[in-house]
Amino acid sequence: MNAFAYRTGPHPLKTAAVWLAAAGAAMLFCGCVKPPPDHTPDGRVIVDYWEKWTGFEGDAMQAVVDDFNASQDHILVRKLTVSQIDRKMMLATAGGNPPDVAGLWSHNIPVYAEKGALTPLDRYIREAGIKPEDYIPVYWRLCSYEGFVWALPSTPATVALHWNKKMFREAGLDPERPPRSIAELDRMAERLTIVRTVRNGKPVRVRYPDLTEEEKKSKKFDIIQLGYTPTEPGWWNPMWGYWFGSSLWDGKDRITADSPENIAAFKWFQSYPLKYGLENMRTFGASFGNFASPQNPFLAGKVAMVLQGVWMYNFIDKYAPGLEWGAAPFPSVDPEKYPLVTLAECDVLVIPRGARHVKEAFEFIRYVNSRGPMEKLNLGQRKFSPLSETSPDFIKHHPNPYIEVFIQLAKSPLARTVPRIPIYNELSDEMYVAGDRIFSLIASPEQALHTVQERVQRKFDRERQRWKMIRKHRIEEWKKL
Amino acid sequence: MTRREWRNLGLGLAFISPWIIGFLAFTAYPVGASIYYSFCDYDVFSKPVWVGLLNYHDMFTDAVFWKSLMNTIYYAAFSLPLGLVISLLVAVMLNQSIKARSVFRTIYFLPSLIPVVASAMIWLWILNGKYGLLNHFLALIHVKGPDWLADEHWTKPSLILMALWGIGGSMVIYLAALQDVPRDLYESADIDGATPWHKFVHITVPLISPVIYFNLIMGIIGSLQVFAQPFIMFGGGGPNRSALFYAVYLYQNAFDYYEMGYACAMAWVLFVIILFLTWAATKSTRRHIYYAGE
Repeated sequence: MNAFAYRTGPHPLKTAAVWLAAAGAAMLFCGCVKPPPDHTPDGRVIVDYWEKWTGFEGDAMQAVVDDFNASQDHILVRKLTVSQIDRKMMLATAGGNPPDVAGLWSHNIPVYAEKGALTPLDRYIREAGIKPEDYIPVYWRLCSYEGFVWALPSTPATVALHWNKKMFREAGLDPERPPRSIAELDRMAERLTIVRTVRNGKPVRVRYPDLTEEEKKSKKFDIIQLGYTPTEPGWWNPMWGYWFGSSLWDGKDRITADSPENIAAFKWFQSYPLKYGLENMRTFGASFGNFASPQNPFLAGKVAMVLQGVWMYNFIDKYAPGLEWGAAPFPSVDPEKYPLVTLAECDVLVIPRGARHVKEAFEFIRYVNSRGPMEKLNLGQRKFSPLSETSPDFIKHHPNPYIEVFIQLAKSPLARTVPRIPIYNELSDEMYVAGDRIFSLIASPEQALHTVQERVQRKFDRERQRWKMIRKHRIEEWKKL
Repeated sequence: MTRREWRNLGLGLAFISPWIIGFLAFTAYPVGASIYYSFCDYDVFSKPVWVGLLNYHDMFTDAVFWKSLMNTIYYAAFSLPLGLVISLLVAVMLNQSIKARSVFRTIYFLPSLIPVVASAMIWLWILNGKYGLLNHFLALIHVKGPDWLADEHWTKPSLILMALWGIGGSMVIYLAALQDVPRDLYESADIDGATPWHKFVHITVPLISPVIYFNLIMGIIGSLQVFAQPFIMFGGGGPNRSALFYAVYLYQNAFDYYEMGYACAMAWVLFVIILFLTWAATKSTRRHIYYAGE
């Protein structure tokens, strides 16, 4: 017999069950729908700001946020450090609960803009009197897409050749004169390379040019130190063509991965394993430590020259403060025709679509983009200002002795960017795979790049086709925002 | 049903409602939605657009899809049988009455307790071509070890090796089953003069066959869905995509390329593959599995 049968009225257990069910439903409902409070008790609007930086880079931005919060009394910016910020912002935006400001990378802009994840800033920029001329042109370009401005820069970067002066001196090279062409880079790299080989049964250490033709051909040696390798740090596989006068995209609807210039660039890329031996390079490469460590091959004096960004100074300062180094434009194949080639990228501040406080968010972005805070942020992160005008004190106080090289490169007409297309992630992944196949001597540059061309062009065609169908509709929509 | 039964049913449902709501919202709905999305062009941000079988059609012409599938099958084809045999072997050895048995059992079980990220980082160093422990020991016996992580021929064997290191979980399940085998069967076999091998084949294996079957099914599912270790160690798929596994490529499509529809379609194809293999495994082993209760 059921023990509950004699009771009248709602049984306590039944009440409990109903409450439990209600709680479950409420939890679900609240978790999905109810937004957190957006005002402080004293009435300031809370602007949620997601940013990727940690450590001293995060501190530099926090200082600017604190200044902003102290400078006025109606907005409170709340900075939250978020890893994998592009993915998390994407999911938060898709879920209808994005932050008010997010710190993305400029290469996210084309895809996020097309997919309707960002708020166009044109109206606010006009009202604030911000003009393209206020910025170094390449950074303004990086913030625009399809005729709209989607972001403003926070910290910019360019890349340059970093060389180890001590290793230059030891090799009998002028430590103050970095290579000025790809051919010279290759020649100097040979001179800077030390190998161990066996002669008459005895192990000997010699510089690469001092090997006999026979020894060079047989590749029976171990690499002790390397002048240069395009695989260190291994981050630029898609972009090598830039130093050979090529691009990856024609600016309209063609991918140009297999252009003659790109093929030439990857022939140069492949010349390294062919010259020094794939197995030798792999064994030597396996001895490299993590990038952010004293075992970083450039910091440890194992590789004499690398292509690195303006951030490299921070790692030198932290892990190898005694390193004698210099920075100069990375040489191109033809320095007359292509002087001052670099890759420019920047961190940007965007307002995700669906943000609750667009006006206040923009006020913060505008504050960061005024000269004082911008220089404070970039001095803190030891980068340079993306604004076209820099105060003389900024350079004087900048700890990186070569900061002007990076600024000069950013202002160069040959400051290039990654292709501004929504399928850049695919293109980049395919280029890395191609680079790997070429370096591993699995495929010729022609074959590998042809594969990239076919795969990515097909995707791009489909993407363009869809974009053409919705473009007019989207532009109308953006104009209204 | 009487009124009271109805009431009790309602009461019971109310009690488990947090689970039911959770299941409907976080499992049933996403699973259902993923079927729909697999027939759509869907990038997470915009509304899904129906494209029929396009995603499935694209998959069959996508060379990288096939490569990732073949990599996964290669991995499963080696790691699964090797794992089943070796963990059984270890379990049998640890079931003998040896000194410090529980210490050994703990040692063999330990690797499966280590967080997958930590173990992947350790293996990155063990397998390092120049300073790695593995190549160091190989050099002691005058074998020049390959560059495990940079040579496309050795990335999958590396991952299989790592999988075998983590057999502790299935070993424990075997151990429990081995302890359940009635002693008297071995005793009567001893009286009949059976060798240890005969006892193993004719007593142990049939009596633990349900557990072998369980480990087989779990192994099929687990090895075809392998994700964390290759993702941590090889990110984009390793040299020449030799370590690009199915689940990793699925993830790339979903979160790097915003091809959520394509990723959903891939998930359903994987589901069908696993369903088929599980069915085939069940069908082909049915006659060989012995259940004491039947």
